[in-house]
Amino acid sequence: MHVPDGFLTAPVSVATGAVAAGGVALAIRGARKELDEKTAPMAGLVAAFIFAVQMMNFPVGAGTSGHLMGGVLAAILVGPYTGALCVTVVLIVQGLLFADGGLTALGTNIVLISLVTTFGGWAIFRVLIRALPKSRVGLLTSGGIAAFLSVPLAALVFVLLYLLGGAVDIDVGALTATMLGVHVLVGIGEALITVAVVGAVVSARPDLVYGARHLTPELTLRTGQKESAS
Amino acid sequence: MGGAGHGHAVYRERLTPLHVVPSHVKLVAVVSFVFVVVATPGTWYPAFAGYLVILCVVGAIARLTIGFVVPRLVVEIPFVIFALLLPFVAKGSQIEFLGMSVSEAGLLAGVALLMKATLSVIASIVFASTTSPREMCRGLERLRLPQIMVQILTFMLRYVDVVGGELRRMRIARESRAFTARHLGHLKVLGHSAGALFIRSYERGERVHLAMLSRGYTGTLPVMEQERVATSMWLRALAVPAAALAVLLGSWAFS
Repeated sequence: MHVPDGFLTAPVSVATGAVAAGGVALAIRGARKELDEKTAPMAGLVAAFIFAVQMMNFPVGAGTSGHLMGGVLAAILVGPYTGALCVTVVLIVQGLLFADGGLTALGTNIVLISLVTTFGGWAIFRVLIRALPKSRVGLLTSGGIAAFLSVPLAALVFVLLYLLGGAVDIDVGALTATMLGVHVLVGIGEALITVAVVGAVVSARPDLVYGARHLTPELTLRTGQKESAS
Repeated sequence: MGGAGHGHAVYRERLTPLHVVPSHVKLVAVVSFVFVVVATPGTWYPAFAGYLVILCVVGAIARLTIGFVVPRLVVEIPFVIFALLLPFVAKGSQIEFLGMSVSEAGLLAGVALLMKATLSVIASIVFASTTSPREMCRGLERLRLPQIMVQILTFMLRYVDVVGGELRRMRIARESRAFTARHLGHLKVLGHSAGALFIRSYERGERVHLAMLSRGYTGTLPVMEQERVATSMWLRALAVPAAALAVLLGSWAFS
């Protein structure tokens, strides 16, 4: 659902560009807390992985193309701020090196695919993770549902932007129905991939999953006083 | 790496007058050009023809062939479908076109959308085919992209090949065990593959990072090229958007 050049009117493109710049600035401030020396390459790797995942592009009839977005996946693996930066970097590379997504629409694409999915999805994830049991199943369920919901959420924001500044007047009901229908399907794929990847990483290297930090037990100190006493 | 035909970087290593222009100069030029294209009213057809001529000249200087550019337009396909549908779903007065009753506003908007998107994609292809990923990082750094994003970008471009290579080895391993995904139950296998791919790439990535650190990596890559950019380079690159602007003003004067 990369938006191309000339799809939205110039004022809306400029406005989304400003929102994107603000959001990215916020993400950079937040990412300073999440990133340390070891996680900077991790962020690059997440970006490369999402780039590979986003290449599974399937054109879906009326409306725009559907492909996985990976926003929630990135947020769970490296944290929402760094995750948003990862997806933003992926969008920049796609726009500049692969001509995918318009250059003047880069702001719009960053808002939709990066900011809305990572921050929106992360908010849903946080709510669910508090409500559900503190376990692997709870983590994966929250991640799956958040990933699923993040995609139609982005589609709805797109419809909203189109209402504000679409190049042409089309039936809102039909557009909303098409976008939601397509993106519910994409959302299912997104949820499956997110659960599979987070599940596998949490089994093998739980230390790598930002969203699973609450599952690792507190470090306890055993001083060995008992042995010395006996 | 699969994907929809844009799985490989578009860059072609050559030595043309366009390749030697510093990447941030080219970046400014291509973005300005696209802005001019997008700002053009959708019914000024001569202007769009003029932009296409400009792109053809620039493409010829970069020694790109039609056979190279056209297949790379596939990224546009979903929007072509959207543009083709617009005349049928848009509201407003209906007109007869090719024996069908279509919305006039929808038809005009569909044509405008197609022209603008195609011209912008061609401009991006010309940029991408003359700029290596490494130079692009450097260009964005010079245009003051925040350091942390430059770092993520550099690592990403470094790791794309690691992830791709890992993906290829895993696919070969699956297929040599006679696995082909035939029904939905097989999705689980692919899911596990995706998870394993992540861990494997991460652990390889960790080793790549350690190797970089042990060779003195401090967070920024050393810069070999000269910092000063000759004015002639700016003039050369900005001639492209300037020509587009001239076309725009020219067609405005005539209309």
